[in-house]
Amino acid sequence: MEHIIADISTTKKKNLFKSGAAQKLLALGALVLLILFFTLASPVFMTSSNLISILLATAVNGVLAVGVTFVIITGGIDLSIGTGMTFASVMTGVAITFLGLPIFVGVFVGILTGAFIGFINGINVAKLKIPAFIATLGMMMITKGLSLVISGAKPIYFMDTPEFANISKATVLGIPSGVIIFFLAAVLAHIILNKTIIGRFNFAIGSNLQATRLSGINTERWLIIIHSLTGAFVGLAGVLMAARLNSAQPALGQGYELDAIAAVVIGGTSLSGGKGTISGTVIGAFIMSVLLNGLRIMSVPQEWQTVLTGVIVIVAVFVDIYRRNKQSI
Amino acid sequence: MVKNVIKMVDIDKRFPGVHALKDCSFELNKGEVHALIGENGAGKSTLMKILTGVYDKNGGAIYYKGKEVEINSPKAAQELGISIIHQELNLMPDLTVAENIYIGREPMRFKGIFCDSLLQNKMAKELLDNMNVKIEPTVKVEQLTVAQQQMIEIAKALSFNSEVLIMDEPTAALTESEIDELFRIIQELKAKGVGIVYISHRMEELKKICDRVTVMRDGEYVGMKNMNEVTIDEIIKMMVGREIYEGVHDLERHQNHEVVLEVKHLTSGKKVKDVSFQLRKGEILGFAGLMGAGRTEVARCLFGADPKDSGEIYINGQKVHIRSPKDAVANGIGYLSEDRKRYGLVLGLDVNTNIAMATMPKFSNRLGFLKEDQEKVNATKYIDTLSIKTPSGKQLVQNLSGGNQQKVVIGKWLTRNCDILIFDEPTRGIDVGAKSEIYKLLNELADQGMSIIMISSELPEVLRMSHRIMVMCEGKITGELSRNIATQERIMTCATDRTA
Ligand SMILES: Nc1ncnc2c1ncn2[C@@H]1O[C@H](COP(=O)(O)OP(=O)(O)OP(=O)(O)O)[C@@H](O)[C@H]1O
Ligand SMILES: [Mg+2]
Repeated sequence: MEHIIADISTTKKKNLFKSGAAQKLLALGALVLLILFFTLASPVFMTSSNLISILLATAVNGVLAVGVTFVIITGGIDLSIGTGMTFASVMTGVAITFLGLPIFVGVFVGILTGAFIGFINGINVAKLKIPAFIATLGMMMITKGLSLVISGAKPIYFMDTPEFANISKATVLGIPSGVIIFFLAAVLAHIILNKTIIGRFNFAIGSNLQATRLSGINTERWLIIIHSLTGAFVGLAGVLMAARLNSAQPALGQGYELDAIAAVVIGGTSLSGGKGTISGTVIGAFIMSVLLNGLRIMSVPQEWQTVLTGVIVIVAVFVDIYRRNKQSI
Repeated sequence: MVKNVIKMVDIDKRFPGVHALKDCSFELNKGEVHALIGENGAGKSTLMKILTGVYDKNGGAIYYKGKEVEINSPKAAQELGISIIHQELNLMPDLTVAENIYIGREPMRFKGIFCDSLLQNKMAKELLDNMNVKIEPTVKVEQLTVAQQQMIEIAKALSFNSEVLIMDEPTAALTESEIDELFRIIQELKAKGVGIVYISHRMEELKKICDRVTVMRDGEYVGMKNMNEVTIDEIIKMMVGREIYEGVHDLERHQNHEVVLEVKHLTSGKKVKDVSFQLRKGEILGFAGLMGAGRTEVARCLFGADPKDSGEIYINGQKVHIRSPKDAVANGIGYLSEDRKRYGLVLGLDVNTNIAMATMPKFSNRLGFLKEDQEKVNATKYIDTLSIKTPSGKQLVQNLSGGNQQKVVIGKWLTRNCDILIFDEPTRGIDVGAKSEIYKLLNELADQGMSIIMISSELPEVLRMSHRIMVMCEGKITGELSRNIATQERIMTCATDRTA
């Protein structure tokens, strides 16, 4: 029976090259290059205050991106994460400022709100079989509208609870807590994705939904769970956002989903599902924020920053696809 | 005391436009291997999918150990102790071998929160070792060949330790040695009292391992026999109800025909090493060898689907450069992949469109509008000649039975009208009747001057159809046998010749 092995040794080498590791290395390399470039280009870049501001800017988008990685690995998409995040921060504002509830309850309300939005998305996609793009596009509009309705289209400030801002601003060893929360969230997500049953089914569904169902797994239920999980991270991002601005800004949020999805894709997660890593997403998020920060420091006009970001996303995905294609046609 | 574990009575099933099962019955005893056979589209897979909760039934009853049961999900079937190896591979390509085998039943640590990958890999390794399959549990499934994937499906089904095991064409993608291994496993299970349903189009297998046989035709139950009281011919008669074609044709005629294709020193990666051969006009050239011998790789390389490292290809004496499948088709080469689901068909489109797919320019006018009526005329022709069982040309290919899907691929390349056709396992999963029709068709095509390369793991098929046989082993050509001297033994000797 030797022939069954059919040269697993040769495939193994290919395997290493083909695995997410390669894309991650590429992305990491790109990040290092970017950092080197901006360091040389501008003396301001490598200052600690600038680095902190990069970290802070990454935190919110990073948590969003980490969260949406789950749904994207199922082969789905969630366009409601940007406005869902806003909705969660508005609900936190309602809980803390309008209802006078304790801060930790407000945080909880924010995360639960996000999870609930994800739950509804999950029902729509898994049970009602509405294409994810449409279902979450609808949810994007719904949450955007609701944020404005509930807040009366005005920002909700955390005037009576200045401590709330500490969620983002307090520092541990000079690092803002918002950044620490982002890293903790990423570690948690990594563990869920790679060590738990949720993660296993996440990859299975994205890889072959039908086969997963035929293996006796309730794919609808797991899809709902995964969407809710993404939602919980979105809720957390909402809380971080509110803390950072010390207010819930109901008009903000739209567009954030695209930045987050771009970060996920740059990090090597495939939009067709089945493949992806949290560490890749984190690197992707940093690439986005370093790029924006660097361009800003070099006083590249806002419009051109946007253009360049777009180019980077396309190049990153092209490199990934080209690399994959070279393996197999 | 009831003897049978499974009893299915008067099962009825309708799909839109298709009455797939009409009052069909089936029973299975403990410790028996029960063959379920019938032509493509007879409803075998559908019946078993109803038994395993993939489809709902429209009528009838299922008894498990004498008690009536409702099986409405794959999970419910698993819990009863019924597991199935589906006809189509159902694996998650991005997951590892071990993850695929134990999906949904992962060993857990810390009160069910974390998956225990180490234990899982160990369990998978033991399971595969018991089956004498040397595949690492940590390899991703997308890197395995179809045959290896099939072995993983078998391993997965075995890992349930079920009392009832259904095998829907498990050997279609396997070669002789894996089949022997599978039969050994089946005997073991049988001794343990497991009831096995065995679906196959390879008649010679039935006598080897089956105790009883149930025959179906057009969704109906035709009859059940004890295997030792019936001959294969009688079974075939029950399933097709007509005579079938035995391909005989003259042998020597092709020796003097001109060479249409010449391959010199073709090398590609580690699977194709210095392969040279000639193909003559009107010739059927068989490629035999064990799994992983590199036959498919030669074909893919020739077709431009994989890059070649070195070597030359001549068509009608002219050197050609084939860098992509498009170049190959432009040079008159067609390729029927062994993996029809991945490379052969667009499952979500209808039969008409799939058959026209390789010849689109012919079916559209200059402005790009489709000539759907011509598409239909053409498709209808092949639906007839290949007897593709489908309610109409508008049926989606994904709703056809496995064997009929294969016929659609054949129709597609016949439409294209190539000079050289490469058939990679052309009769995989095809019933005896249709098989003989495909043989007849191949012979006719060859007589009309088409040159055919036929890769097949079924030795009787290679022997019967080929004018000449190339045998491969580990990427090299280890033998060339003309039809009059070729025997199974000679082929196997070359196919295991690792010294070459
Ligand atoms: N999901 C579906 N939708 C519509 N028709 C279907 C579907 N599944 C099967 N059929 C039809 O039901 C009939 C029986 O199909 P089935 O797959 O059970 O055949 P089979 O006996 O397994 O054939 P084969 O030997 O080719 O695998 C066929 O005519 C097929 O076209
Ligand atoms: Mg079938």
